[in-house]
Amino acid sequence: MEVSAPLIKNILLLDSEGKRVAVKYFSDDWPNLASKLAFEKSVFTKTQRISARAEAEIGMFDGYVVVYKFISDLHFYVTGGDDENELILATVLQGFFDAVAILLRSNVEKKTVLENLDLVLLCLDEIVDGGIILECDANVIAARVAMRGAEADVPLSEQTISQALATAKEHLARNWAL
Amino acid sequence: MAQLQPVGKKDDDREDDSEYSPFYGIEKGAVLQEARVFNDPQLDARRCAQVITKLLYLLNQGETFTKTEATEVFFAVTKLFQSKDIGLRRMVYLIIKEISPSADEVIIVTSSLMKDMNSKTDLYRANAIRVLCRITDGGLLGQIERYLKQAVVDKNPVVSSAALVSGFHLLQSNPDIVKRWSNEVQEAVQSKASLVQFHALALLHQIRQNDRLAVSKLVTSLTRGTVRSPLAQCLLIRYTSQVIEESSANPQSGDRPFYDYLEGCLRHKAEMVIFEAARAITELSGVTSRELTPAITVLQLFLSSSKPVMRFAAVRTLNKVAMTHPPAVMNCNIDMESLISDQNRSIATLAITTLLKTGNESSVDRLMKQITNFMLDIADEFKIVVVEAIRSLCLKFPQKYRILMNFLSNILREEGGFEYKKAIVESILILIREIPEAKESGLSHLCEFIEDCEFTYLSTQILHLLGNEGPRTADPSKYIRYIYNRVVLENATVRASAVSALAKFGAAVESLQPRILVLIRRCLYDNDDEVRDRATLYLNYLNGGGNEAHSKTFLFTSLDVPLVNLESSLLSYDASERRFDMSAVPREMKHQPMLEKKTPASKKAAKEAGQKAFANGHLTSSASDAYEKLLNSFPEFSGFGKLFKSSPLVELTEAETEYSVNAVKHIYPQYVVLQFNCTNTIKEQLLDDVSVVVDTSEAEDFIQVASRKLSSMPYGAPGQAFVAFQKTEGRLCVGKFSNILKFRVKEVDPNTGDCDDEGYEDEYQLEELEVTAADYVLKTVVTNFRGAWDAINAENEMVDEYGIGVRESLQEAVQAVITILGMQPCEGTESVSSNARSHTCLLAGQFIGGAQVLVRLQFGIDAQKQVAMKLTVRSDDPEVCAQIHEIIGSA
Repeated sequence: MEVSAPLIKNILLLDSEGKRVAVKYFSDDWPNLASKLAFEKSVFTKTQRISARAEAEIGMFDGYVVVYKFISDLHFYVTGGDDENELILATVLQGFFDAVAILLRSNVEKKTVLENLDLVLLCLDEIVDGGIILECDANVIAARVAMRGAEADVPLSEQTISQALATAKEHLARNWAL
Repeated sequence: MAQLQPVGKKDDDREDDSEYSPFYGIEKGAVLQEARVFNDPQLDARRCAQVITKLLYLLNQGETFTKTEATEVFFAVTKLFQSKDIGLRRMVYLIIKEISPSADEVIIVTSSLMKDMNSKTDLYRANAIRVLCRITDGGLLGQIERYLKQAVVDKNPVVSSAALVSGFHLLQSNPDIVKRWSNEVQEAVQSKASLVQFHALALLHQIRQNDRLAVSKLVTSLTRGTVRSPLAQCLLIRYTSQVIEESSANPQSGDRPFYDYLEGCLRHKAEMVIFEAARAITELSGVTSRELTPAITVLQLFLSSSKPVMRFAAVRTLNKVAMTHPPAVMNCNIDMESLISDQNRSIATLAITTLLKTGNESSVDRLMKQITNFMLDIADEFKIVVVEAIRSLCLKFPQKYRILMNFLSNILREEGGFEYKKAIVESILILIREIPEAKESGLSHLCEFIEDCEFTYLSTQILHLLGNEGPRTADPSKYIRYIYNRVVLENATVRASAVSALAKFGAAVESLQPRILVLIRRCLYDNDDEVRDRATLYLNYLNGGGNEAHSKTFLFTSLDVPLVNLESSLLSYDASERRFDMSAVPREMKHQPMLEKKTPASKKAAKEAGQKAFANGHLTSSASDAYEKLLNSFPEFSGFGKLFKSSPLVELTEAETEYSVNAVKHIYPQYVVLQFNCTNTIKEQLLDDVSVVVDTSEAEDFIQVASRKLSSMPYGAPGQAFVAFQKTEGRLCVGKFSNILKFRVKEVDPNTGDCDDEGYEDEYQLEELEVTAADYVLKTVVTNFRGAWDAINAENEMVDEYGIGVRESLQEAVQAVITILGMQPCEGTESVSSNARSHTCLLAGQFIGGAQVLVRLQFGIDAQKQVAMKLTVRSDDPEVCAQIHEIIGSA
């Protein structure tokens, strides 16, 4: 029996018409552009009428488990194999979703994402490496994307944590204000 | 960071372009031109980062760079290592990975990356490790191995994780190098950083995965509680269930090793760990209901979570459990019912199919009402799942056929694609076959359906069935109109099968014959050849007036020779010589080279068919018909009378042996025929004179009366040998047969196909085959058990009580008795609700000789798990009642 670590098959960020904003595939299940676009189209059409705004939603599409969450004109998806622990996929989705929100200062819409596409692509790079989950804590991801701590000679470990804490506080304060 | 400026010339369009995008009108050529700024002596870090983003945008949209373009970009990017800008450096790392330079180009950046690997800045080190390990080949790895080893145990998690994850990927291509890090990785498993612990554990397991002992040791030490990270905990649960799978239970206590650990994880604070553990428990092989209970309890809590992901995960797992342990899931039925109206349709569908699997008779009506509303707004793929679940529910509760059949016919009339309609029609066909009472209403639903059916395949299937079943109903004439309408309105294929169906009515129902003849005569003018030919042929048969029996056999039996054989006989037939003789077509499958490759598949199919038949309770009529026909074609067995029952396939050899043999037990009133299906799996051998020698020293009630050899058995072509026994009259004959396969081996040169003439005798020991009491009982479906029970004279009732000893659960005891008797459980009484102290199970069957048997089993279990059973049997034949008691008494 082959047991494996949880593997992420792909992470997709599509717009409200199903067009690509940023995508990253970690699996050879989709060998070419056509099959990737077909998968994105299939997932988008099957989910577009669902409101996945308050809580992340989930479904089985084409033999994969897909968790997804929408905000304004953006659709976030994380795909795993049909055997994957759904809650782990949801954790990765939440990590991606929140990290983007932190980096864009909660101004998450297609326009700002495109204006800051570099940050979003780096985010994808910091969350998963070759299918293996690299980090799923949004604050840590955001700090690494911003290369926070690389400027000074202060030991990074301490600085990241204090800065992460600061960001977390800021984040919390905003949520409380609502 | 780098804010992208819109491209200058597009400024004018911005006003009216509501879909404003910084990448509007972007072109590959122009961006590649822009990339020249990477070569500027005075680098503008901001501008460079923007150009990299544009390049990445193009790649992300699916644009591809040619080899030259990629090389050019790569070389230009390497210049950017001169810049000290942190943001730019991060983008450089990213684009190098995306471009994935070829091996001979990598060398350009290795020195820059190695410099970053030794940097004081941890984020540089982490990124440089990831990039270098991604693009490097084995050669360079030796040089940096020392750094990587150190990085694994670095105090900064970002560095440590980068090294561990890179190691995970490198293990595929360079296992030797990564395996040398074992000590460091083991140290990292103890890391306080959550993700580092996770990565280290994943890598450590990957390194040791082929060493079962090492994995077992790893699990033993870690399950004592040093793992804190939830993700690492999930991994550990996976590895633990693997170890459980490979080890056996403690023989004394019957406890499973590590079960306590899994159960403990159900109380973890992270939901993903709780779920992983619950799922692992439900997937343990041979899981008991006691082991299941705590896992089901946490999954039940998940069902009412506000998060769709948790509800989905739980209902999906419970759905799987319901397939094997329906009683265990019954406790969740109330929560499950509220999920039928879940906004998320995947959850609702899973909930419904779970309920259909675990539901009891009283809940069917309510459930069906809820499903009807639900069916309107789900996709076809979900509908098929529901239809299949309803079909099995109907077989479980046959007396509910009316409501379920109505439901199926209603959805048949709704919109839907071919696969969906096919699933519904097939379900109705199965119900008609299995539940006699459902036949008439099922047929009329199907008649209505073909009036407006756009699928030729389904129409012909239904017409065929109408032809076979219609004439035997109370009022056959009502079907004629439906069938003839097809002749008027449909395409040629459907018309042809409608003509065949009409002819069957004409042959079977004499009073209808004149009318049918008129109808078929009209078809003589059809514009399609096949329709006209059929009409002419049938008219001839029906008008012939001569041999009525002959025309009936012709119309109602299917071809009894393999089509391939018929085809080859027809091809070699010369029309000028004499009339074609059907009986001259060989009935045994010939060894044909083109079939060689297919045999494993066809054998598998036959086996699956056998198992399927077993799962359905008894052999499907077509399978047993085929057996009967086969056996009757041999003079040795044709005088044995009517075949009572054929068993499912029993394997007599291990998989992957030289000769593969499985057997079928054919039970006749006075005889038993053992059919041995043999396959020779050695290419270099041809087997002649193949027979099975059966020793009956442990089956003294059987006397061998005939046997049939297989004259030749070439490689890959399955063949059958038979041995027939007469049973001692007046008793239920059971016993064990030990079997030896005897044959003459001839060596064959697989290349030329030449074989030596002499050969030598050899034999091969097969496993034993047992004839048990269950072989003499046919499962029959009784829809109204109460009625059938009362219809049998109560004087023929025999009651006795038995102690069954200690059992794990009532369910297990019930299952054991059902298996011994080989009878059909009725009204869903085979499943015991959990925690029940007593249970009543109803069984129906037909005993050899034709007598109907009904059995009522009443079970009780005490605190010490001692099970007692009261067995009440009724049958028209008092002898049979006694025999059933004898079966239980001697089991």
